[in-house]
Amino acid sequence: MAEPFLSIQHVRKSFGATTVVQDFNLDVEPGEFVSFLGPSGCGKTTVLRMVAGFEEPSAGKIIVAGKDITRLKPNQRNVGMVFQAYALFPNLTVAQNIAFGLKVAGMPKADTDRRVAEMLDIIKLPQMGDRYPYQLSGGQQQRIALARAIAPKPKLLLLDEPLSALDAKVRVSLREEIRSIQKKLGITTIFVTHDQEEALSISDRIAVMYGGKAEQVGTPFEIYNRPATKFVANFVGTLNVLEGTVTDAASGKVRVNSQEVALKGKLNGSKTGDMLSLALRPEAISLGRQPGRDSSLSGEIAEVHFLGSVIRVRVGIGGSTVSLDTFNSPATPPPAVGEKAEISFSSGDMLVLH
Amino acid sequence: MKSGRFWAWVVFILGAAYLFIPLIATVEFSMRMRRGAYSFDAYQIVLGDSQFQATFMYSVIAAIFTIILGVLVVVPTAYWIRLRLPQLRPIVEFITLLPLVIPAIVIVFGYIRMYGSNSPLPFLSNNTATNALLVIGYATLALPYMYRAVDTGLRTIDVRTLTEAAQILGAGWSTIITRVILPNVLIAVLSGAFLTFAIVIGEFTMASLLNRPAFGPYLQNIGANRAYEPAALAIIAFAITWGCMSLIQILSRFAPRSANRPN
Repeated sequence: MAEPFLSIQHVRKSFGATTVVQDFNLDVEPGEFVSFLGPSGCGKTTVLRMVAGFEEPSAGKIIVAGKDITRLKPNQRNVGMVFQAYALFPNLTVAQNIAFGLKVAGMPKADTDRRVAEMLDIIKLPQMGDRYPYQLSGGQQQRIALARAIAPKPKLLLLDEPLSALDAKVRVSLREEIRSIQKKLGITTIFVTHDQEEALSISDRIAVMYGGKAEQVGTPFEIYNRPATKFVANFVGTLNVLEGTVTDAASGKVRVNSQEVALKGKLNGSKTGDMLSLALRPEAISLGRQPGRDSSLSGEIAEVHFLGSVIRVRVGIGGSTVSLDTFNSPATPPPAVGEKAEISFSSGDMLVLH
Repeated sequence: MKSGRFWAWVVFILGAAYLFIPLIATVEFSMRMRRGAYSFDAYQIVLGDSQFQATFMYSVIAAIFTIILGVLVVVPTAYWIRLRLPQLRPIVEFITLLPLVIPAIVIVFGYIRMYGSNSPLPFLSNNTATNALLVIGYATLALPYMYRAVDTGLRTIDVRTLTEAAQILGAGWSTIITRVILPNVLIAVLSGAFLTFAIVIGEFTMASLLNRPAFGPYLQNIGANRAYEPAALAIIAFAITWGCMSLIQILSRFAPRSANRPN
């Protein structure tokens, strides 16, 4: 197996008595786009800041392209970074901002001008060179910040929640732009976010973090469909969790709100009488009996939310409520609250949470 | 509502009268040197006096050095306190306020005792060293104004993120301070600089006790021995101070707008 481009090995960070990152390990391949996803305070930004050199690890090593950079200062690492608050220099024009790192590196003026023009083309703002940051929108400022970060051709690009301060529409277009530029330049990138949709949509791999540790590292498909822990299952995507009791471990039968479902081969050593948490994604559930769905539960429509192309229905099953989405069809009216309903699903889609 | 406006005007007129009547009286008195006619004779005498020119130039040069020293000491200190040692801010603020509490005469007597010719640092042994000591003393007197001006300027920018953004782009500390921090607090530094200038131009105690040919002692000397010239000098000093204040306003208007409107 090839050497990873970035290797974070057994990294720990403590502030006084509080440990915010514990035994964090991650290998990132060259050109890979990896997201750190997690709630506030999970340590994702601290890991990123240790890679940038703004925080020194209490233990562990950070290796980039085979070189140990753990104790290097930020200005010696050749790493680019985009901050949540843009951090453009307010006294400099857009072109001067982009040229800042190049000037510091001692690049001749002609080459600097050429590189700045190239960067402005890449971020599709070729006419903005003479503007000051305060004359630009948030989205434009963040694109300039991205251009400034990649202009000196860094080995590694770090993005610290770069889209958090932007409105929803700009976030979507800018994240696609970031991904497209990253692919075009082939630059290894770490992206910190607490927004699962962002992480799922643009990452090659995601490290879901909780309590200073990586709970699971995997592709977006793996993270979403095969969550390794209860936290990952709950944090990524919408999840319906039903409590059940194993009634027959041998045949995989579980009782959920006095109804029985069969979960062949999924009980992982559970014994008859054990309590289990069972999880189902809304998109794995259909309203009514559907062909190919081997399990079903009965209940009552509790809520109906019309969301345009999709209708979100909440079905009460005993003491639990299950959410599911159905496509809106003009020919079929949405179900009414209080109606009896049956939901069906494939037992293979049900996750047993540990 | 109408009566509120009326009283606002009354207060404004009383305040303006309190400020301007003595000023007008001083101007009027300064122009009565020639019997029976108004003239600028007192101003001509003052401005034509070689002592005036020499002492004024001395104080201007001392003010420039004081501003340079103040900027070199205060900008990195205030920046570092904001960036790395915010817990020390109350202590530093207290220290910078001390010159307002401790009279200049106490400071200068301390200097005379500390830096006499027998001292390991004999600042009083020759004129150049005494001039340097005077500049240090002026920088101390101006510290409360300079520190507050710079600290207020730093408050308007995100010091930490801008520093980190510059660092990750390869910049060292000197580049960060000269190309990122200082330009963004330039207006604040200028405000502090002009306040320093105004303090130094009129300062008497330190210059007099260190026996330096500064403008302050000259003002006092003229005031003690002449009739109309002190009034003319007072108006000239007033005009210089107001000129400094106006320059702050003008420069802040003509400075790059970006520096006034950070992110």
